[in-house]
Amino acid sequence: MNKDNILEEKEDYEGSKMGMWLFLFTELLLFTGLFLLYSAFRSRYSDEFHTGAAELNKTMGTLNTVLLLTSSLTMALSINVIKKGQKKLSVLLQGLTVSLGLLFLVDKYFEWSEKIRHGIYPNSAELLQRGKGETIFYGLYYLMTGLHGLHVIAGIILISIMIIMTINERIHREKFVKLENAGLYWHLVDVVWVFLFPVFYLIS
Amino acid sequence: MNDNNKSITGYRIYFIVWICLLILTATTVAISNLKLGKYGALISLFIASIKASLILLFFMHLKYEGFLIKAMLLLTIMTIAIIVGLTFSDVWYRH
Repeated sequence: MNKDNILEEKEDYEGSKMGMWLFLFTELLLFTGLFLLYSAFRSRYSDEFHTGAAELNKTMGTLNTVLLLTSSLTMALSINVIKKGQKKLSVLLQGLTVSLGLLFLVDKYFEWSEKIRHGIYPNSAELLQRGKGETIFYGLYYLMTGLHGLHVIAGIILISIMIIMTINERIHREKFVKLENAGLYWHLVDVVWVFLFPVFYLIS
Repeated sequence: MNDNNKSITGYRIYFIVWICLLILTATTVAISNLKLGKYGALISLFIASIKASLILLFFMHLKYEGFLIKAMLLLTIMTIAIIVGLTFSDVWYRH
């Protein structure tokens, strides 16, 4: 490889990462808007928000936090081992990340379906009867954890593609920026959950 | 060798960060059971910020990134701070 090629490769690497970070910043601003909406309504309906938060399942929320934090670890490790050329281990760790993400969604499914069974979902008769504050709390709960859940689904699809690319040798020890960017996305999804967790499950 | 390899972090630091994150999660859950009211909310947001910083610095390699990405993140955080600050200057003085 001559010197020019190395320079070109480097520019591409830096540019790809910067593009990913820029995208992540727009994601942060998107979620900031929702957190802002939450805190503005919370300051108006603080009692109702407390009642709402007390009803959420703290154990399941904590379990989901542990699942996502661990999936972040396996994701970070998968990038580390691909840099050392350990392809099989990297595929295994990426697979673990996807599995933990799927478990997160299973947990979320049980949590949501239990709430829906109790008649708590947007525009339900039960919720409308409880008044504005709790309606807004659960509206934001479904919107914010739902949007976050969509991000988890997107992350799972993205990492699954990375697994295929790693197997096909399109991601390898010299060329791994796509895997790194997928990792950055996955960690951001984790960062958002780190704030969603106390805001909905702990503040009661 | 280009400087991509610079960002290889040891396996150990990842496990240490992960354990710290789990300890912080356990702490924030334990504190929430104490029912500290308004202070409880502040403490849990503070712990969440530490957790987010750990993920950003180590898992997302921000610690090893160049000036530009750090400056871009700072700009984003400042933008968020201004939006939040301006909104609350309204919300808090409404009643």
